Order: sequence, then structure tokens, then C-alpha cells
Amino acid sequence: MSLEHPRRRDLLWAFAATSGLALSGCDRVAVAPRVRSVLNAASSLTYKMQRFLIGAHRLAPEYSEADISPAFRPNGSIDPQDEDYLKLVGNHFTDWRLKVHGLVEHELSLSLEQLRAMPTRTQITRHDCVEGWSCIAKWSGVPLSELLLRAGVRPETRFAVFHCADTLDDGGESAYPEKIRYYESIDLIDAAHPQTILAYDMNGTPLTVRHGAPLRLRVERQLGYKMAKYIMRIELVQSLSGLHGGQGGYWEDRGYEWYAGI
Amino acid sequence: MATVPSTDRPVAERWYLRHAALVRVTHWINAVCFTLLLMSGLQIFNAHPALYLGERSDFDHPAMSIQARLSEDGLVGETMIAGHSFDTSGVLGISSEDGQISRRAFPSWITIPSNQDLATGRRWHFFFAWLLVLNGLVYFAWGTVRRHFDRDLFPSRRELSHVGREVLEHLRLRFPRGAAARRYNVLQQLTYLSVVFVLFPLMILTGLTMSPGIDSAVPQLLTLFGGRQSARLIHFFVASSLTFFVIVHLMMVLASGVWNNLRSMITGWYDLGNPRTPDVA
Repeated sequence: MSLEHPRRRDLLWAFAATSGLALSGCDRVAVAPRVRSVLNAASSLTYKMQRFLIGAHRLAPEYSEADISPAFRPNGSIDPQDEDYLKLVGNHFTDWRLKVHGLVEHELSLSLEQLRAMPTRTQITRHDCVEGWSCIAKWSGVPLSELLLRAGVRPETRFAVFHCADTLDDGGESAYPEKIRYYESIDLIDAAHPQTILAYDMNGTPLTVRHGAPLRLRVERQLGYKMAKYIMRIELVQSLSGLHGGQGGYWEDRGYEWYAGI
Repeated sequence: MATVPSTDRPVAERWYLRHAALVRVTHWINAVCFTLLLMSGLQIFNAHPALYLGERSDFDHPAMSIQARLSEDGLVGETMIAGHSFDTSGVLGISSEDGQISRRAFPSWITIPSNQDLATGRRWHFFFAWLLVLNGLVYFAWGTVRRHFDRDLFPSRRELSHVGREVLEHLRLRFPRGAAARRYNVLQQLTYLSVVFVLFPLMILTGLTMSPGIDSAVPQLLTLFGGRQSARLIHFFVASSLTFFVIVHLMMVLASGVWNNLRSMITGWYDLGNPRTPDVA
């Protein structure tokens, strides 16, 4: 020890104290609104970067029959107890109609039979849950773009919103306690994407209740929570701020990213 | 300084500007990013504490999992790796949170935030992932232009031939002093090279492979890593390797002179030792 600094010990204590403070302060910092808004800047950067990289037409990878998961894990609502929905299940969805409304030239109201008579797309794709797991299944349905063409989307439209039949209980862990029906939204780039379909068949058979009967959304370049199940109506809007928590979806109102391509 | 005859002025020989300002700044930004990415990453892992090989999750046969299991002796934390199970109660699987037993893969003291909150964990993770990548790009650009990698990190053939001797010296915790301490030794060179050019790029690429958006832009990533779930598994084990590196790195900093090392990474100046003292070889 040729160099002797009298202040070394003080420095060491200062260093230890700051690290301790930093760690214990982390939690309060982690959820502070101002911190949150800074952190959220990263999601808009991600959104812009991914829109630049994948544009409007890049397809999500598609798989072979051999890759299909033997047991596809259902998530979110798996057995909705909403009275209206139970009635629809009771008569095998014969009374169910898909409504397309909002900023459209012509409102649509379509039965399951009418949807099945429209152009079909079948795709074997990977479903990535925000929790981290993945399952693969074969989905058949009508491309959302078909419906939007028929309805005639007005020029000021920016988002397609999916309103669902299920009331989801998030276990009370969020800061947004109101019990609401599930909803989701996507921009028009994803709405017009060829793999964005309203699926009525899964692995060659009609959707079961666990997987979102009678109709669920597939947005293959995003995570599972975007893919609304039990769809009742599609609303075309200019802004998401007037809907529920204003963040564009059930989980978005609870802190998750609206753009879930990551 | 060049005009000063070094034989008469030991001070000029003794103090050596070891780290350029850019290396110092990017080092500390990287240290903050890595710490927060690790802690928020473990929060994200906790949302589904199991890893799989391939493209999809085979829920009944994970390659690795951490869970709480009810046994005859009560709740136990169980960590399974490739079919081998270990009782990890107290740390992994079950641990104490606010004085209560909590069923969670990684304990609350190591996750951001400390409670189970996947949404917030993701926000932190992606923010600091961007910062880490931008910081890394600045470092790579500077290192290439200024030939930092060529000069300081790539060992010469002669240096490579010393590996065996240096391993022994390191194990005895004997570190070079004087002029020999001016350059990274070959063990440092090889370690830093693999951290900079292998482990961090692997972290970023496997992280990107988990993004369904990126997979549609660059599906080759899935082929490279053998599927999304394999990428998630590699992401976890490379993060573990980096954590191991950081622990050894900190131990080496402590063992080879904590103040000298800290000073040189903050101010740049490294003390090579008094040339007049006999312990300089």
C-alpha cells in the first residue's frame, strides 16, 4: 500500500449506502408514473422500428401439420359465464351475429354461416403468449380485410376494435379494478395484413369454447393477448382514448404494451 | 509528457491512462443496463418459469423448470434441469416475501419490481434493452474506428502462448504489476472478447428471436437458434453465463486492487506501482 487515502473508508461507506438506497428505492421508482412514461418511450421506438422492418406485407412463419401442438394451452377466459354468451352457446351460436360498425360506409351483421361462405384462409402458425410459452395450431377463417372491404372503411379510421363476450377477472392485481368485457385493438396495417383472420376453425374443427367460440382474431405478428376470443362486434375508430381505460385493450389498460410485436 | 526523461521521473511511469473516456462511460452504462435487464428478465421468467427446446412448449417435458410443489413435508421449491431435480426451497420455487412464504421461481429481492408484475417487468426490460443496444453500437463503432479491439483485446500469437502460465498465476491470485500491467493479460483478453463478441450479441439475437414481429422480418433467426423456445432457453443460459462473468469480474477487481481498478474505470488513471520498490519485476 504505497498510496494512503484517508477518505477511502468514507468512500466505501458512501458507495455501499448509495447501492443500498438504489436497490430499496427501485420498487417505488419502478411503478412511479413519471418513470413509467419514460420507460414507455421504448415501446413507441419498438413499434416504429418494427413497422419499418416488417412493413405491411411480411408474413409470420408458417409451420407444417407435424408441428401442431398436441395440447394447445388456452389462456385468458376459458369458460365465460356471461349470461348472453351462455345463451348463444345453448343454441350453438345460431343466434350469434358479428356486427361491424363505427367509421364504415355500411354496417354489417353476419351469421357464422355467412362468414363461412366468404373467402377462407388456412394457416398453421405459432401462438406466443406474453408469459413466454408458445403453441402451434392450424387456423381457418375469413381474412379481416374481406370484411373491411365490404363494410367500406372511412378515411379517418385508424384502428379496428374487437369487443368480446367474456368478462375477464384479472385476479385483482391491477390498478384498474373495473370489471369489463375483454376488448382489443389493432392498427389498419395489421387489420389489412393477409394473415389477420377471424378464425372459426382450429385444427380442422369448429372453435371450442376454451379457444374462443364462435370467432377469434389471429394477428400473427403479435403476442397472444392481442388475439381476442368470443368476438361479438368490430368497431372502426379514429382514437382509442374513449374506450374503457383508453389504452386500446383489456391488458393494455393494465400496463401491457399496445403494440405487442415483442 | 514526452519531453520528460522517464528514468528520473517515476511518476510519469507510474500513472498510466488505462481506459479511454468512451470505454469508461460505455462500461458504466452497460453495467447499469445489465443489472436492470437481469432483474427485470427474472421477473419476466417468473411469469412462466419453464424452458423448452424447439419451436413450441411441450408443457409436460420442459428442459428446465422452477416450481413450488406440495410434498409430504409441505411446500418445497423444486428446480429441475434436464430431468434432474433439486430442492431449492428458500431461493428458487418458494421464498419469503414480506415475511410470508411465496410461490415464485426467483425470489422478490432479485426481480424488478419485487412483486409479481409482468407488465412492469417488460417495460423495464425493453427500455434498458434499447439503451444497451445503442450503448453497444457506440462502443463497437468507436472500438473499430480507434482500433481498440485490435490493439487491446485481440491477443498476439506470443500472448496466446502464455495462456497456461497465466491461468496458474491467476489461480494463485498473482497479478502483473509495473509495465506488464499496461496491457490486458491474455486471460482478460479472451474473456472480454467472448463477452463482447459472443455473449452480448447472443443475448440480443436470442432476445429478438422471441419477438413475433422480428420473426416475420428475419425468420432465419428461428433456424439459427432452433426455434423460439430454444432461443428463450439460450437467452436464459447466456444470461446465467454473463452473471457468472460479472461475479468473477468483481472478484478479480477485488483481488487485484479494488481502488486502482475502480479509479482507472472512473478517471482512467491506473497505478502501475512505484518503479523503485523491489516488487516490480
